[in-house]
Amino acid sequence: MTTPLLRLQGLTKAYPGVVANDQVSFDIGEGEVHALLGENGAGKSTLVKMIYGLVKPDSGTMSLRGQPFAPPEPRAARADGIAMVFQHFSLFDALNVAENIALGMENPPPMGDLASRIREVSETYGLPLDPYRTVGDLSAGERQRVEIIRCLLQDPKLLIMDEPTSVLTPQEVDILFETLNKLRSEGTSILYISHKLEEIRTLCDHATILRLGKNVGECVPSETSARDMAEMMVGSTLQTPERSGREFGEVALDVSGLSVPSPSEFGTALKNVHMRVRKGEVLGVGGVAGNGQDELLGVLSGEILTSADAVKFNGQPIGKLGPTARRKLGVLTAPEERLGHAAAPDMSLTENALLTGSVREGLESNGFLRWAETQSFAEKIIKAFDVRTPGPENAARSLSGGNLQKFVIGREVLQSPDVLVVNQPTWGVDAAAAASIRQAILDLAAKGAAVICISQDLDELMEISDSFAALNEGRLSAPRETTGLTVDEIGLMMGGAHGMEVAHV
Amino acid sequence: MIVLEKRPQPSKAWSYATPLVAVIATMVFGGILFAILGKNPIEAIGTIFWEPLFGEFAFYYRPQLLVKGAPLVLIAIGLSLGFRAGIWNIGAEGQYIMGAIFGAGAGLAFYPLDAFYIFPIMVIAGAFGGWLWAMIPAFLKVRFGTNEILVSLMLVYVAEQFLASVSLGLLKNPEGFGFPGSRNLQSYESAHNAELIAGSGMHWGVVAAFIAVIFSYILLNRHMLGFHIRLTGEAPRAAKFAGVNPARLILFCLGLSGALAGLAGMFEVSGPSGVVSIDFNVGYGFTAIIVAFLGRLHPVGILLAGGLMALTYIGGEIAQSQLGLPAAAIQVFQGMLLFFLLAFDLLTNYRIRAARSEVA
Repeated sequence: MTTPLLRLQGLTKAYPGVVANDQVSFDIGEGEVHALLGENGAGKSTLVKMIYGLVKPDSGTMSLRGQPFAPPEPRAARADGIAMVFQHFSLFDALNVAENIALGMENPPPMGDLASRIREVSETYGLPLDPYRTVGDLSAGERQRVEIIRCLLQDPKLLIMDEPTSVLTPQEVDILFETLNKLRSEGTSILYISHKLEEIRTLCDHATILRLGKNVGECVPSETSARDMAEMMVGSTLQTPERSGREFGEVALDVSGLSVPSPSEFGTALKNVHMRVRKGEVLGVGGVAGNGQDELLGVLSGEILTSADAVKFNGQPIGKLGPTARRKLGVLTAPEERLGHAAAPDMSLTENALLTGSVREGLESNGFLRWAETQSFAEKIIKAFDVRTPGPENAARSLSGGNLQKFVIGREVLQSPDVLVVNQPTWGVDAAAAASIRQAILDLAAKGAAVICISQDLDELMEISDSFAALNEGRLSAPRETTGLTVDEIGLMMGGAHGMEVAHV
Repeated sequence: MIVLEKRPQPSKAWSYATPLVAVIATMVFGGILFAILGKNPIEAIGTIFWEPLFGEFAFYYRPQLLVKGAPLVLIAIGLSLGFRAGIWNIGAEGQYIMGAIFGAGAGLAFYPLDAFYIFPIMVIAGAFGGWLWAMIPAFLKVRFGTNEILVSLMLVYVAEQFLASVSLGLLKNPEGFGFPGSRNLQSYESAHNAELIAGSGMHWGVVAAFIAVIFSYILLNRHMLGFHIRLTGEAPRAAKFAGVNPARLILFCLGLSGALAGLAGMFEVSGPSGVVSIDFNVGYGFTAIIVAFLGRLHPVGILLAGGLMALTYIGGEIAQSQLGLPAAAIQVFQGMLLFFLLAFDLLTNYRIRAARSEVA
């Protein structure tokens, strides 16, 4: 047997209170696409950070082509041929592609030479990109190309990709896979991190599955069913949320001809958005992040005011009402960013319960706060949604992401809204918690509430929503019934390939 | 190597202990400073902290504590509400001056009429003057997005020029033999903010300071507006999501802190000072910023911090005259207090840990 490209043996890394990686061992062969599979918090990120020299293992060893390998910093890892494309891009919007790439280099060549090398590499790998375009004008898929090209210029032996498809439409994913296949055929190994099982089944040669920091199994993805892999990932049989057949009532929320500029500079303006949600209906809004999701939530929560008639609740114009007035009517929202937007990090859970609950739960009288009632409301949320915390006096930031998300969603659901808008309700939440959040949303709809679920997780939207629309550059596609929608159709609603070309391979 | 590690939650114990630790550290390092200057450090520290309270002439210094502490507390309470919400009024000194001018002006307009309603009118006028002066940065911030720190600070110097102008013109004592400065309000009974109990130092300004402490405590802990103030300071985006109107909050916080600073100025000019003069203001508006932070922006903390600050002022003066310590050394001593407080404040949110050195 040949020596593998990278061998990990017994890697362990503990943080205060949690063992992120516990005795993880596996090999990545030359020219192999190796999947690293696991839920959020399974320890995938810590593991690749150790390979990339960002984190030092507490114990265990790595070897690269048989030689001991212990990069003290990313620079050393890059010198040894390891490159990484992060989930969150580190690009400057105001600079052009070549300038951004030059910033990440030790000794950047003159700009003209660099630009021609970028052209050369981008054409070889089917990633067409103009080195002189400003990054601020690029789509998410194109930005990812910048990151990939930045890595390819180093001529890597191992390319690490952290959830690369979370920002891509299905068509863009196909283009990316062509490129990765070409790299594999040239002998480059790829470590591919994801929790999307179908992708891994199409692309990867081998998969290692992590659960709670431990290597719980390996498999050949093309020969294993998605369900089996999911159960290895979660460690138990999965519960699919129940969806009972529902009758839809009258239109509860009616948005028509809505156009607003974004409050932030690199945000996305909403352009002529139309949508109607009936009582008992769940409308799923898909789309790649940054296409107007935050703005849509702001418009519905009352943080961004519009003309009165653009947003109607039960026929009543509410476009000019602020968040408090809308809550009074029964229009509740749960934003994506938990810390700092949906909740105040340093305040207690009791105070955070007051944040949106004051009007509907009667937590104030004549402006004076009723702390006892507020605390019991917080306790009710903690109990009903199984929020793991010692008690409501703890600061919001002391909760894990998933627990805080359950608290934030529970806070709105328990106020029995007539319209509930949630943005990324299960982002960064483990599978069990995500299932219970989805169930709560469906139960709420079953009671007759109109629900809008904004999410980038298409599987989630297919699972819970009755109709589906997609945001693309601030425009919302016409909503369609979910049943019978194909992945291709969804992809086209999300904007197709955004004008990107298929790799010439 | 020493590393700082963020605590999962702010430590309650440390948030109460830091002011004490800071005072002790100030005593230790202040003592070293005084020793370097050739003074006996224990005697110097003792003079500053002991003499005003329990010394031979304490009967004279104790009332002074109230006289000096009251304006500091009154102004600091107002500032703390804004600071909690991330609204930085640095110009309390100017609002203090304007409150004094408006208050004294209202009183002098009635001179020599003797009536019970003159003093209440002066109180209202004083608060109005400070409010008006604070509304300038507030309005400019809400309307044009200007920086309230710069605008409020610059207006201090405008107020000082205005003070000089009225001392020499509009409010000048007609029987003052041409000297600058207004009539002495202490000798105009209807307008005099006299001691409520003779020799105690207790005047209406002290009462107002206590009321402000109680009011602020209730506002912050029991009222929606106070909750919104704290929320805006901790997470502005969450505050907007909760339905806070940022513009209204700016107008309220700046307006209230201006009104309280104006009140402080009015009580000072009609009481302990008595006269509108060119050098009327002595920096209470700036020192109150230190008091507000020393008291951790908490009403009760501010009350204690105001007392402590007044103590170091009076004790510092005694140390200057009795031990011949330079005034600059006393100022360094007071500066140390704020410095240590802010430095130790770190321990509330972080813990210090010795990290084992990692060899690559």
